[in-house]
Amino acid sequence: MKIVGQEKTRVDAYGKVTGEAKYTADLEPRDILHGRVIHSTIANGLVKRFDLEEALKVPGVVKIVTCFDVPDCQFPTAGHPWSVEQKHQDICDRKILNQRVRLYGDDIAAVVAENEVAAAQAARLVKVEYEEYDPIVTVEAAMKEDATPLHPDIRKDNVIVHSHMTMVRNDFTYEDGLNEAKETYGADQLISVEAEYNTPRISHCHIELPVSWAYVDVNGKVTVVSSTQIPHIVRRCTAQALGIPVGKVRIIKPYIGGGFGNKQDVLYEPLNAFLSVSVGGRAVRLEISREETISGTRTRHAIKGVCKGLATKDGRILARKLDAYANNGGYASHGHAICANCGNVFKDLYRDQLGTEVDCWTVYTSSPTAGAMRAYGIPQAAWFSECLTDDLAYKLNMDPCEFRLKNCMEDGFVDPANGITFHTYGLKKCIEEGKKHIKWDEKWKAYQNQDGPVRRGVGMAIFCYKTGVHPISLETASVRMVLNQDGSIQLCMGATEIGQGADTVFSQMAAETTGISFDKVYAVSTQDTDTTPFDTGAYASRQTYVSGMACKKCGESLREKILDYAAYMLNHDITDLSKTVYADVVKEAGIKIREALGLAREDEISRDMLEITDSKVLVKGGDPELFDVAVVADTAFYSLDRSIHITAEETNQCKDNTFSSGCCFVEIEIDMPLGLVTVKDIINVHDSGILINPKTAEAQVHGGMSMGLGYGLSEELLVDEKTGKPLNNNLLDYKIPTAMDAPELNVKFIQLEDPTGPYGNKSLGEPPAIPVAPAIRNAILHATGVHMNEIPMTAQRLIEKFKEKGYV
Amino acid sequence: MLKIIHMKVNGIERELAVDERESLLDTLRLRLGLTSVKKGCEVGECGACTVLVDGEAIDSCIYLTLWAEGKSVMTVEGLKGPNGELSPIQKAFIEEAAVQCGFCTPGLIMSAVEIVGTGKKYNREELKKLISGHLCRCTGYENILNAMERIVEEVYRVSHKEND
Repeated sequence: MKIVGQEKTRVDAYGKVTGEAKYTADLEPRDILHGRVIHSTIANGLVKRFDLEEALKVPGVVKIVTCFDVPDCQFPTAGHPWSVEQKHQDICDRKILNQRVRLYGDDIAAVVAENEVAAAQAARLVKVEYEEYDPIVTVEAAMKEDATPLHPDIRKDNVIVHSHMTMVRNDFTYEDGLNEAKETYGADQLISVEAEYNTPRISHCHIELPVSWAYVDVNGKVTVVSSTQIPHIVRRCTAQALGIPVGKVRIIKPYIGGGFGNKQDVLYEPLNAFLSVSVGGRAVRLEISREETISGTRTRHAIKGVCKGLATKDGRILARKLDAYANNGGYASHGHAICANCGNVFKDLYRDQLGTEVDCWTVYTSSPTAGAMRAYGIPQAAWFSECLTDDLAYKLNMDPCEFRLKNCMEDGFVDPANGITFHTYGLKKCIEEGKKHIKWDEKWKAYQNQDGPVRRGVGMAIFCYKTGVHPISLETASVRMVLNQDGSIQLCMGATEIGQGADTVFSQMAAETTGISFDKVYAVSTQDTDTTPFDTGAYASRQTYVSGMACKKCGESLREKILDYAAYMLNHDITDLSKTVYADVVKEAGIKIREALGLAREDEISRDMLEITDSKVLVKGGDPELFDVAVVADTAFYSLDRSIHITAEETNQCKDNTFSSGCCFVEIEIDMPLGLVTVKDIINVHDSGILINPKTAEAQVHGGMSMGLGYGLSEELLVDEKTGKPLNNNLLDYKIPTAMDAPELNVKFIQLEDPTGPYGNKSLGEPPAIPVAPAIRNAILHATGVHMNEIPMTAQRLIEKFKEKGYV
Repeated sequence: MLKIIHMKVNGIERELAVDERESLLDTLRLRLGLTSVKKGCEVGECGACTVLVDGEAIDSCIYLTLWAEGKSVMTVEGLKGPNGELSPIQKAFIEEAAVQCGFCTPGLIMSAVEIVGTGKKYNREELKKLISGHLCRCTGYENILNAMERIVEEVYRVSHKEND
């Protein structure tokens, strides 16, 4: 391996530092029309009627459409592959604009105008008459017996799904475990913890807003250019929303300014398409403002985790229980998949000797819709499991790191429910590395029994994460490679670059597999559903693994085709090739290979005798060199005897999955009177298989760690419980980390070659965001003995707890 | 009502008719096609639209174009050399892997131009403060700060040598 594993410069870096890389809004045609969404000013109710008279008088207004005008088609928005089995299909619970209002700011109408100002003015003048119901903003309110169902056509109450799962045996209950433990060990030999751990609703805060523009092309195709992670899925959902065939819709995805899962959902593309159709196919742009984005697109689920844990006094976990309640907001989006994923990892992460019991509820409420966000329910799972684990260790007066090593999932673990396997296992090695970096043993002792207002502590947390979605959902990816006359190739991935560096690692894999030099691989960064091979897109940390394998298969196929043609040339050096400009080169090459392999003149040369390295065709084994791939390509294009355009296309249906894992170790200083947490040292160690590009991999981890810091310390989208109105949907009041909040971010990897991944890799994109918040929480516990059970751990919350303890 | 305004943009004298309510962000993007100038919030929170006005980094989304009358505006497009060469700042961003989705990148590079242009030596903590008006969700700022630190150091060293 030469190209894979190298710290290659990102293929899009030049375009991005020069500002020449084009994002969706950079490609709009001149004189485009402007769309503007009209949002409900109630959180729960029904639109009775609109009065558009004043709004339509605004000069420049072209059209106003309302929820009474849209196609009568309910559609799903989740960035999941469609299922051909009805019971696995995503929930279709919304229309392009909705008469039934389910959250404050629901989309009920839209304006199209000649300019932005007219659109905004008209939007303000639209009068709406509602039938208003009580907002049911919290899970508790929505689960009450007399709560109004938000989607009575789909669910009789507001519970989208309740699922129950166990470990060790199917009928295991925590109560059973408790009784069994008392019998076996005696009540005095056991300790238990019961606690509620809470996670907040947060926002992705990609810096590029969700933006799209749509037009009807000359062939009648409804075309949407959009900032999305999932162009092929957006195409299908837009067709479903408009009630037209999929082939009538075309989605184009240029460079995108971050997604983090928000753009793994169909957001406003169907509305944008409908607006264009409503004005005779003219181009209409729809840019969603920052305020609309934070509260009106998707969020990470606030999940309440009611946890129980039981252990023996010598530090063996016997049983755990989780009741997880996910606030899904007004629409199903990804539905129960996220809370179920959360429950799954909670149960997998530790080997409970007697068993584990998990119940998960995903609940509609009249509040911002929750959907996918980086690590898909696992930041919440890790918050529950890692708080509980530390609380158990605390009660046992045991080193929590030792406690984890004794109880965590082991090498060879297979999830009994879905068969997902740790094909390579680096978790304990990660823990050892993290321990070493933070000087755990020394500091764990040193920071015991501190007093005074400023204290230090060390904390840690672990996680595991699957790679892609098999077998829960379909995993499929397709790739096309097209050879140019000069021996370079276009690499056309259905998989999308969203900032994570996908184009670069795919280019490395393509170069590695085909033998064509890295600088001759041109990744086509734009996906266009009319021409791009099918792939479901960027999510589930799947692309390097699933789409990467498609890239590898396609590369092998292309290489074979090039070598077939090279062999043909060598076999026809004095016939077909004799009149071409390459006659001498090929003739000489023919002599060289026959000499090297001891072949007679009449012996056939086959592709198995050849290889490609660094864009040269060589005799297998690397010596001697025969001719450049460009000679083969040029001949194949223009041969008067045998013209072939050499291309390859492969689909990889992935029917495997492997766990990645890792940990975060952190040292903090806590100033109790100020409620100020300062991260003095932090490290993430990841077991993500072989890294295709260590430099970009490390950069991914930095970003995830930063998100984890925000999750732990500052981020929460607040919603007024009485009105359902968002309170801080802007970047001033919603606090993501700035450079001033950034500690030095340390990253290490344990690289084990995973046999199921292309070139040995497994998931990495999402995991870095998982373990940081609980590691900080556990360091605060170490420093102060205070159990912070709710994130974000803001100064206000910290001081409240310190007051309770009498520390301040 | 449109008003005529004169300003120098990336070294070229421009005479433009603009709406008096128009932001410099919209003028640069929509009238001059300078799409490196990114819109992330429109209220001066994220820093993606940062450009230099007479050498000073400003959020162009909350800067009226009329205020730029007679001034000199610079965007990332203006950094490119005649044969496409990159500035040392752009090179540092590439080499330190400070670029991911790339949406905050042009704005940060313009702030870097301002910072480096002072010729002063800043330490990492000072640099953190100087770029804290730029939000980035991809990088955790780690590699951006590495690039900034490196370029500040390089330029300081060169200018110091020249002064010796």
